[in-house]
Amino acid sequence: MARMTMIEAVRSAMDVSMERDDDVVVFGEDVGYFGGVFRCTQGLQAKYGKTRCFDAPISESGIVGTAIGMAAYGLKPCVEIQFADYMYPAYDQITQEAARIRYRSNGDFTCPIVLRMPTGGGIFGGQTHSQSPEALFTHVCGLKVVVPSNPYDAKGLLIASIEDPDPVMFLEPKRLYNGPFDGHHDRPVTPWSKHELGEVPEGHYSIPIGKAEIRRQGSAVTVIAYGTMVHVALAAAEEMGVDAEVIDLRSLLPLDLDTIVQSVTKTGRCVVVHEATLTSGYGAELTALVQEHCFYHLEAPVVRVTGWDTPYPHAQEWDYFPGPGRVGRALTEVMEA
Amino acid sequence: MTEFPQLSLHVPEPAVRPGGMPDFSNVNIAKAGSVPRPEVDAASEDIRDLAYSIIRVLNRDGEAVGPWAGLLSDEELLTGLRNMMKLRAFDARMLMAQRQGKTSFYMQHLGEEAVSCAFRKALKKGDMNFPTYRQAGLLIADDYPMVEMMNQIFSNEKDPLRGRQLPIMYSSKEHGFFTISGNLATQYVQAVGWAMASAIKNDTKIAAAWIGDGSTAESDFHSALVFASTYKAPVILNIVNNQWAISTFQGIARGGSGTFAARGLGFGIPALRVDGNDYLAVYAVSLWATERARRNLGPTLIEYVTYRVGGHSSSDDPSAYRPKTESEAWPLGDPVLRLKKHLIVRGAWSEERHVQAEAEILDEVIQAQKEAETHGTLHAGGKPSVRDIFEGVYAEMPPHIRRQRQKAGY
Repeated sequence: MARMTMIEAVRSAMDVSMERDDDVVVFGEDVGYFGGVFRCTQGLQAKYGKTRCFDAPISESGIVGTAIGMAAYGLKPCVEIQFADYMYPAYDQITQEAARIRYRSNGDFTCPIVLRMPTGGGIFGGQTHSQSPEALFTHVCGLKVVVPSNPYDAKGLLIASIEDPDPVMFLEPKRLYNGPFDGHHDRPVTPWSKHELGEVPEGHYSIPIGKAEIRRQGSAVTVIAYGTMVHVALAAAEEMGVDAEVIDLRSLLPLDLDTIVQSVTKTGRCVVVHEATLTSGYGAELTALVQEHCFYHLEAPVVRVTGWDTPYPHAQEWDYFPGPGRVGRALTEVMEA
Repeated sequence: MTEFPQLSLHVPEPAVRPGGMPDFSNVNIAKAGSVPRPEVDAASEDIRDLAYSIIRVLNRDGEAVGPWAGLLSDEELLTGLRNMMKLRAFDARMLMAQRQGKTSFYMQHLGEEAVSCAFRKALKKGDMNFPTYRQAGLLIADDYPMVEMMNQIFSNEKDPLRGRQLPIMYSSKEHGFFTISGNLATQYVQAVGWAMASAIKNDTKIAAAWIGDGSTAESDFHSALVFASTYKAPVILNIVNNQWAISTFQGIARGGSGTFAARGLGFGIPALRVDGNDYLAVYAVSLWATERARRNLGPTLIEYVTYRVGGHSSSDDPSAYRPKTESEAWPLGDPVLRLKKHLIVRGAWSEERHVQAEAEILDEVIQAQKEAETHGTLHAGGKPSVRDIFEGVYAEMPPHIRRQRQKAGY
């Protein structure tokens, strides 16, 4: 075991995968010599050579398009989109190509690619470096969508994603790269080295895609969250003294519906939390599923806590970001209903 | 007041519209045999002229002339002729089948048969095409079974794609034919990625990208050229300029650039322009480009100058936007008739044998159609299962799709 930040865990996952399988290649903007703007690919080019880890032109549709071609050849590209906010030029390649190739060719061709992309806010990134576009991926059949919340999961899930036979959107909450951020931006950040999920095996292991994890056992209310919001939800539950069960989805698609249904059936109350905007966000899907599967067990309407339906602001970041205050108020609301 | 006049927007127009006299005087056609054949390691800047001329081998008398001639034997040319005739007969039957309601949609190659049929000959087993919807000659010339193509067109119980894809959107890894998207230009940059992978693995295989004149306006076209240029990918970047993108003449996509081939020059990619209706010229240029790729010299851009004689698809009526007789005025003639004439001039063919071959090929196509129809057509007979809707979205069916399949009753 070693202590790793999420950056180091992600890097270790790629290192282990490249070591084990010559067909794994890594490329993207600034990922080669420099090692990526968040340093996630640092050292990989020096170790594996520049034909397996290299810089790409600033062309996301080109990066994803070439990755699809490489996968059709038989490679396993794990590419970086520098920020999730930059993926839109590649959206055609992602939705109509990567997601459909297995289906439309009846398995004649497949597309085992991983698109890693830093997601979410909390770093004063403004509207073009803070977005959470996961719902734009979960709406697309043929994709898998993974959002880890800690170094241990990040490594195990990234290895599983690279080994997966289908395209995986791997969203890395950038605010969690260096520590488990609970939304209290005015307090010192705890580093991952002081957190048990910063303990990461150095070798190979994988975590199955499609399995949620209960981060906090509780019986009064279920909080469904993923990414940074897992830590915010945990903080809110502690601070409010609510007996909340906090589910970390880890994978949005496929979704571990069983864990959700089991929990809400037990608690009868549910709060859904995400950073992304409210309308047609992934929370809408989660809320609908809870309603469909747990209606007769519900004691209160499901409450969503999300980013506002506005572009992500710069100066007003902490009034936009769904912090422990807003989640705490939602817990009170759903408990008092 | 400004010293400058008011601005005005320039919107290009084709030379002629319906009711007018077809006019191709703007198409500058080089004399057959007049364009030099450079060494395959020539630098892009040293062969700029080739992006603005038209490489041609067959002259008006049906003779093969100049430095690009002399590559193919009688037997190879006869096979080429048969492939083009087969593609034409196949198209005619399938277009008729579409009119009879046996399928929903069809796209034919009329006038463009030489491009895909001759190009295929320059490839080797294991190379990969990333085609558009108008390169079925790649399959025909590689002896892909016509029955399989028809099964796909009819979406019947033997459809290799299980009814999931629009007709003619074939896929065959075995025959070096990447699954057709139906989306435009996306495959262009994928081909570059495939070629990069081959180079990464120190393989010997090469890739071919395909696009039409209209779709070169897509950003994926430009991404493909950047990546191909940067990594010197072993890929042939093919542009089939058939003059029309549905109803939009090629000038709308081309803009102020002299030719589509010239797009390659800014990327340092050697660019050639070839008579797309000349089987010998298409083959010669394809071979030149594939040799460059195989020698690790990098990508080549080829513009095939041809003419889409038929409608864009079975849903299109070209008489609404271009003169009805325009195809007859097309100065590069018909690819089948030109190769036929050449073979007769060579003494390897005759009018009688041509008529006989036409009958044989038609019979072959009809036999294939009969067999395919025993497995059903779009609205009659055997069809893929409803279960096939839900299979193959992922390697392993996730629970939510399984629930939906059960809900659908399967």
